[in-house]
Amino acid sequence: MSATWTAIGQVGIVVLVLAAAHRPLGDYLFRTMTATTHLAVERAGYRIMRVDPDAEQRWSTYLLSLLGFSLASVLVLFGLGRLQAALPLSLGTESLDPAGAWNTAVSFVTNTNWQWYSGEAAAGHLFQMAGLAVQNFVSAAVGLAVVAALARGFARSGTDGRIGNFWADLVRGTVRVLLPLAFVAALALVAAGVIQNLGAHSQITTLAGGTQAVLGGPVASQEAIKELGTNGGGFFNANSAHPFENPTPWTNALEVVLLLLIPFSLPRMFGRMVGDRRQGWAILAAMSTLWVAAVGLLTWAEMAGPGLVPVAAGGAMEGKEVRFGEAASALFAASTTMTSTGAVNSMHDSLTAQGGGVALVGMLLGEVSPGGVGSGLYGMVVLIVVAVFLAGLMVGRTPEYLGKKIGREEITLVALYVLTMPAVVLIGSAVAVSVPAGLEGQLQGGPHGLSEIVYAFASAGNNNGSAFAGLTAGTPFYNTLLGLAMLVGRFVPIALVLALAGRLASSRKVPESAGTLPTHTPLFVGLLVTVTLVVVGLTFVPVLSLGPVVESLS
Amino acid sequence: MTATRPRSRPRYSAGSDTVAFVRQTWAGLRVLLVLTVVLGFAYPLAVTGIAQIAFPWQAHGSLVSSTGERVTSRDDAVGSLLIGQRFDGPQWFHPRPSAAGDGYDTLASAGSNLGPLNESLLAAVAERRSAVVEQEGIDQADVPVDALTASASGLDPDISPEYARVQVARVARERGLSTDDVRALVDDATIGRDLGVLGEPRVNVLRLNLALHTMGS
Repeated sequence: MSATWTAIGQVGIVVLVLAAAHRPLGDYLFRTMTATTHLAVERAGYRIMRVDPDAEQRWSTYLLSLLGFSLASVLVLFGLGRLQAALPLSLGTESLDPAGAWNTAVSFVTNTNWQWYSGEAAAGHLFQMAGLAVQNFVSAAVGLAVVAALARGFARSGTDGRIGNFWADLVRGTVRVLLPLAFVAALALVAAGVIQNLGAHSQITTLAGGTQAVLGGPVASQEAIKELGTNGGGFFNANSAHPFENPTPWTNALEVVLLLLIPFSLPRMFGRMVGDRRQGWAILAAMSTLWVAAVGLLTWAEMAGPGLVPVAAGGAMEGKEVRFGEAASALFAASTTMTSTGAVNSMHDSLTAQGGGVALVGMLLGEVSPGGVGSGLYGMVVLIVVAVFLAGLMVGRTPEYLGKKIGREEITLVALYVLTMPAVVLIGSAVAVSVPAGLEGQLQGGPHGLSEIVYAFASAGNNNGSAFAGLTAGTPFYNTLLGLAMLVGRFVPIALVLALAGRLASSRKVPESAGTLPTHTPLFVGLLVTVTLVVVGLTFVPVLSLGPVVESLS
Repeated sequence: MTATRPRSRPRYSAGSDTVAFVRQTWAGLRVLLVLTVVLGFAYPLAVTGIAQIAFPWQAHGSLVSSTGERVTSRDDAVGSLLIGQRFDGPQWFHPRPSAAGDGYDTLASAGSNLGPLNESLLAAVAERRSAVVEQEGIDQADVPVDALTASASGLDPDISPEYARVQVARVARERGLSTDDVRALVDDATIGRDLGVLGEPRVNVLRLNLALHTMGS
């Protein structure tokens, strides 16, 4: 019983910190994304960048700026990867092959941070610091920008469809929100033992007379933004299970808080931007319900330890660290898969069948509970539109949300959004299980092998980045295909959301009437959670049945 | 660069769309380069600078010398308190099984990634159980789970207090020490949960073996 109580206490501490932080941070996010003035340092930056931060953009221009920035990011990262051997601080690492460099570039630009390579062996300090970590910041800021643009779409009425300025949103999110928080978190992590130096790896003689390499690297600065920006790409192969990334149980709790912090604060920002805080509370309630359910289920599965090997060993400790144990590993696994972070402090491939299934479903929900920075909230708003549409169908009224009528064009955009991710995941998985190059990647055959493949495409299509790492993903086949999955899974939904934002900004608000469905009530929260689960359920039940479900039953 | 497209205009030629996109990409490149200077250089170097002054020992990897002292120079170090290392001889406390390279290879941190129904993992668990039973002279049922399973990183610096306790008799015998003295070392090295609820109780293997080592010399 005491193990259960400490597990609950552990979750309780994380919840308390988030409960205390989400309001002030949400208010701060609101002030940041609605600011009318620039900081001096920002103004200086805009001058060097030669961009105009005050020119309001229509959705198509906003999208073009976003895509232009992302393309430039992919090209620079691809170049850095291809030239890595020639860079300073490369530590003798080789340059990445074209497919590998493509995959990594797309992976970090799309906030996925899927990694086919092993950080300590394949990535030099400069590539990590000036390439990958920069994308950790800006890819999160892109998500923040998109959700701010969407909120403006709801808030504005009858305008010419302008939804903000991408460059200003990008720079503000980075400079005012992510950078200061990451800085503080990085120093806290160093204090606890996360390394922060520019040293190379070198051999020492151990106490027992063997040899072992001591590793160096600017790890803490990258670790902080990796969690805060819901990125998840580890400095080392073992990611947040590596003691130099996550040395103690309290750094583990800190990292869980960091990866949940902004996604759980954004509903507050949204509520204030659309002028109705109750809407923010309702979204927060739906997100929290799903997250708490996943944490509970995953923790139960890992602590109960069902399955052949866990029963034989007396617990599900394969692929887990002693300092974390089952409970802290399960808390991390649920949080990382439901925030699109994809950092891991345990090896998900070795989770129990039930626990691994929850992690997989956490991603397949579309990363909305609470989801990635920005992407979680705009995904949830899309599902809200689906929910009010369904409710409208039931009572025979034109659906509306936040005073905006949901017409044919709006629901078309939303429907396309909802279909994109499942299409990416299912088509990608179907291709991989149909060709030898895909099947060869499995470490284990049978249902678990299928889970490895589906998990990979679910992770890529939802921009999560965690893996059933037994899959040999560093092949040209997987690097290319998963790169495509990440690209489509990120930018098609963003384009649809911005198009929706543009339409909403130009449409007029309709006054609330007796027939308006209130969207801040517990009833609506229940409907929203149900819609989220039903959409996923209908789409993925067949493939889940062949993977984790079969495995759970055997 | 913010040439916007009026919604009423029916169509743009593909050519001017391309021009607009190239212009935005060029702007994106300039923005990325400025942000890279801030986020990719100034930020990590500032954190490094402060870390080197405020937390030099931690920033260099929590290294310790053979006498158990905290050092920042690798030349004086026998390891990091945060990183597990191999201890094979019977005179040492043993760490967990490791899937990092040949075991505790820091250049290849990894778990086994074997699933809960995997037959070869099942066989490995059975083999590890017999080895521990033979080595420590205990019952099959008394082998703790962390002795039978590989960690996530392959570099787990800790074992459970239970696994440390089952090794006490052997280590004491091999080193000619009393079991009470060795058990006292284990108790000293045992750390509880952070804040009473975070994580799990644990024993740092290098710290424990360093205590043995300095005791012996």
